[in-house]
Amino acid sequence: MKSQKSHDLQIAGLFLALLLALPLLVGDSRYMLSVLMNCMGLSLIAFGVWLTFTIGRINICQAGFALIGGYATAIFLTRFGLSFWLALPLSALVAGALGALIGSFILKLRGIYFSMLTISLTEAIRLAFLNGGSFTQGSKGITGLPQPFGDSAVWMYYLAMGLLIFGLWLTWKIHYSRVGRIFRAMRLNEDLAESFGTNVWRYRVLAFSVACALGGLGGSYFAVFTQSIYPQSYSVEHSIYFMLFCFLGGLEFVSGAMVGAFALTILFELLSQFQQYQTLIYGVLMIVVILVLPNGLMSITFKRKEARA
Amino acid sequence: MLQVLINGIVLGSVYALIALGLTMVFSIMRVVNFAHGQMYMLGAFVVYYIYGQFEMPFWLALLASALVLGLVGVAFNRFFFQPVLANAKREENSMLMAVGTALLLENLALTVFGEKQRGVPQVLDGSFIFGDIAEGGAILTYPNAMVAVLAALFIVSLLLFVQYTRPGRALRAVAQDKEAARLQGVDVKATTTLGFAIGAALAGLAGGLLITVYGVNSGVGTNISTKAFIMIMIGGAGVTSGAIVGGILLGFAEAIGYDLLPGSLTYLLIFVAMIVFLIFKPNGLYGKPWG
Repeated sequence: MKSQKSHDLQIAGLFLALLLALPLLVGDSRYMLSVLMNCMGLSLIAFGVWLTFTIGRINICQAGFALIGGYATAIFLTRFGLSFWLALPLSALVAGALGALIGSFILKLRGIYFSMLTISLTEAIRLAFLNGGSFTQGSKGITGLPQPFGDSAVWMYYLAMGLLIFGLWLTWKIHYSRVGRIFRAMRLNEDLAESFGTNVWRYRVLAFSVACALGGLGGSYFAVFTQSIYPQSYSVEHSIYFMLFCFLGGLEFVSGAMVGAFALTILFELLSQFQQYQTLIYGVLMIVVILVLPNGLMSITFKRKEARA
Repeated sequence: MLQVLINGIVLGSVYALIALGLTMVFSIMRVVNFAHGQMYMLGAFVVYYIYGQFEMPFWLALLASALVLGLVGVAFNRFFFQPVLANAKREENSMLMAVGTALLLENLALTVFGEKQRGVPQVLDGSFIFGDIAEGGAILTYPNAMVAVLAALFIVSLLLFVQYTRPGRALRAVAQDKEAARLQGVDVKATTTLGFAIGAALAGLAGGLLITVYGVNSGVGTNISTKAFIMIMIGGAGVTSGAIVGGILLGFAEAIGYDLLPGSLTYLLIFVAMIVFLIFKPNGLYGKPWG
């Protein structure tokens, strides 16, 4: 456990240092910056999924809550004229509160049922926004959102980084604390944890609600980053990718979600030179990784260290 | 009203076929095959090429789609699922593989078949007409009738196979208790392979049937998988009767909804109804508790 935490810390620290320095190196390339900003937003959302993994639930509705966060921000900005700095935390709160409400009903489902139900939930949320009438403007979406820093990409980059650090910090604090230990106990055996006097219901709603709030925060960020939100901005495929990021990064480490999100997103961009074969090669590589590294990318470096110790 | 009933029966019978395939794989391997919808899509493309492009008879194309998908199922089981199930530390890993194969099939289809919507020429011409259309009568086109009859035929033959043959009994034994089945001398490995192949072949057959009505495109998989999940959750995962009931219920819900409501509102209501239903009955209609 101890070596696991220090390994986690090293990887996270390395990542953040790199991210801090990169704009100075590639500052001119808008493309590079936007790829990195994409990765950071996706990591933020994926932290939420990672957190629900720690209570033993495979969460495939994170895209739905990102959509809620995005729409909340869009509506706060355009309809109520709120400032972005107010809309951002409010959107996370809205997503977190809705998550707590929905979660308090659906979290009693386990295993495969929970996963299948959350897939349906992603689709249900998307359809709800699609049918929201003039409030959500249907399939036209809400566009032309103001950006908080005008045209400055670098400031937007550091905003993304700040959000990423916040997400990492929050997940870290929860995972490596007493609450995190309770979550792990619930994952290993929910009934046993309950028999020791843990209020299982409260803790799993807490985990799910924080997860949804992180999804909402990420959705809010992406809404201003892309200056738009549509019902099809997030679909079941996105939910599945958020889950894959966690799996492929590593479920044992908090940085796993981040490592997975960066690795898969950057890999996809690198493969763009293969044009129409891009998605195919991507799919094949993913299967190879699953076969060779079933416990995620972070298990490579960790195993080597364990072998040395 | 009669028309809605007819649409419900046609949709419900094919949906039951889809749900049966998914539930078969689940009952034997405890894996939810995320690629089920992509397998459906592949089956539809087999029929598109053999019947639509090479102009061979439809029954041959349908047979080919079952065979091709059966082989895909065998290969997936042998090269992807068995290795993962053998070394996985956490039970989630098999699900990761299931998602991976779904993405692989979809990406493969996008590269090979492109994004265009494809259809095939009518298999049969004409239609049954009940009563006066203007006064609440109904139409059942021959292709729709054929789809429903064939789907029902496949379902019945599968049920007979599982109930009365030796390999069918082995399938049921493995689904009930893998270890006990092994002790009784059942070849669990071969039976698992057979189960996965049948599950995949059913998806292929369903795709091959429905392409005659709706056509197909490479991106249809996730949508079909989601519908299949709804059906087996309503009925109870891994339960044969549950899959059939779930399929027919969803078929009717869809037919009624499309008749009364504008497009996407139907599925919103179906999802909400299903979530509420599962809160009260977390294991579906016939499912066993499963954690």
